[in-house]
Amino acid sequence: MALVFGSLQLGLLYGLLAMGIYITFRILNIPDLTAEGSFTFGLAVSAAFTVAGHPILGIVFAILAGALAGAVTGFLQTGCKIHPILAGILTMSGLYTVNLCIMGSSSNLSLIANDTLFKLSYDLFGADKDVCKLIVSAIAVILVVAVLVVFFKTHIGLCIRATGDNEEMVKASSIDINVTKILALAISNGSIALCGGLISQYQGFADINSGVGILVVGLASVIIGELFTRKRSVTAGLISAIIGSVAYRFIVALAMSSSFFPAYALKLVSAVIVGIALAIPAIKGFQETRKLKKAQKASYTETVTAQQKGDR
Amino acid sequence: MLEIINAQKTFLKGTPNEHQALKNLSLTLEDGDFTTIVGSNGAGKSTLFGAVCGNFMLDAGGVILDRKDIIFMPEHKRARMIGRVFQDPMKGTAPHMTIEENLALAYSRNRKNPLGFAIRKKDSDMFREYLSRFSMGLEDRMDAKVGLLSGGQRQVVTLLMCTMVAPKLLLLDEHTAALDPATAEKVMNITKEIVAEQKLTTMMITHNLKSALTTGNRLLMLDSGEIILDVKGEEKDKLTLDGIMKLYSQKKKKELDNDRMLLN
Repeated sequence: MALVFGSLQLGLLYGLLAMGIYITFRILNIPDLTAEGSFTFGLAVSAAFTVAGHPILGIVFAILAGALAGAVTGFLQTGCKIHPILAGILTMSGLYTVNLCIMGSSSNLSLIANDTLFKLSYDLFGADKDVCKLIVSAIAVILVVAVLVVFFKTHIGLCIRATGDNEEMVKASSIDINVTKILALAISNGSIALCGGLISQYQGFADINSGVGILVVGLASVIIGELFTRKRSVTAGLISAIIGSVAYRFIVALAMSSSFFPAYALKLVSAVIVGIALAIPAIKGFQETRKLKKAQKASYTETVTAQQKGDR
Repeated sequence: MLEIINAQKTFLKGTPNEHQALKNLSLTLEDGDFTTIVGSNGAGKSTLFGAVCGNFMLDAGGVILDRKDIIFMPEHKRARMIGRVFQDPMKGTAPHMTIEENLALAYSRNRKNPLGFAIRKKDSDMFREYLSRFSMGLEDRMDAKVGLLSGGQRQVVTLLMCTMVAPKLLLLDEHTAALDPATAEKVMNITKEIVAEQKLTTMMITHNLKSALTTGNRLLMLDSGEIILDVKGEEKDKLTLDGIMKLYSQKKKKELDNDRMLLN
């Protein structure tokens, strides 16, 4: 039961990360490495505010912090014409210092003694702790999904989708692709930092290394989620990212509880899952070519033998 | 009205590959002019379009569209006034978005509120009615991804996207060259229909001399960055395929003679 509740809570919270990754990876068509920095950025900001006694303000500023980080990456990409992956790496590594600074130059910040959003919810809902945590996670996810789904139906949302699809065409439609890219990166990283902010209050501490490998976690969720939905609309994509995130947490929890893998194998297992999932189209193509070759060989041998019979 | 004044552009200046793409080219298009542009590869036709659209800065000269000097206007702002269809059907549409979404994107180019819904019921009905006029069966496939359409259908969608909100200038860059002859003719007829109906000021690059002769009211021939032939109205109507070839070789020969004189 603890496994189910824990996976569901974490899955929903990390679903915010998965949606952020979905926006850059699938909609904008750029793998954005800022995620690793902006996740910790949100985590650190939220933790610092919580220590100061303002957990809710912490969440708000975590979103803003992430959006700022995304905008910086966006500016590096568009204004400075730096390769998208490199731009993300630059912001990410710059943020390491910023995050340390926010956390008072210690690599770990404990919130055990402070009121977090989740502790506040215990009093508010008066239910079991696990149920309260689940409710808070669900509310956060539902709010963000609703906002994003509506946003991607607006004119500017449509422009962002088109930017990832065909830049040339967007330019010819009198839309400034620099603006759409920066905006999309800001929204994506805002969502990722919100995830970080909630996670720090959920687990009761912030660690400077929390963001390492978080991009792979997000990608894994997005890819696993796509196995569950057939439709390829943005709404379906955002929701499937959440489903994928929950599924991913269940897989991880099962793998870990089976004590087949040691706890430190988590990142390797995630990386292998993502690697295989991304290779599926190539593997399918390879199989098809082989099938075709086989079929052709068979028909060729048939023709040749028929001809030889005729010759005799 | 479009005015191009003494446009000059040299690519790769100061290198052995230096190429003078536009040499002091001046051109005035009246409102409603439908001009066809012919010329060999490297004559500067596409460079001329690029200069008007703002793909690059001219070395010298000016571009005035609708009494506005647009020479320093960024590309996406000019796009508000200029519709452009490319040769490559892949270029003008977003393949993973539906026909409706593509049209909505183009239609809202003049809309002010970026947070308004992109597709409203009213728009949707209008798109369907507009598409149904061209009898390509597109009106029943509004929810289909554009990537699933044939090249001809995609060019028609692009053309509609460019002209739904009437542009001040329509640029067609060999937009039927990648299509089979029957489809090319169909797209050409749709083009003529739209241009005539909205009285659009249009420039069309083509390598098909026949369609250059039968389309529009003015014909320009470009060669090494210069206009070497400019016929309009009745004079153009009288022009035949042979005539145009003869004129071209005459101009070319004169040039060769000049070169010979220089060498001697």
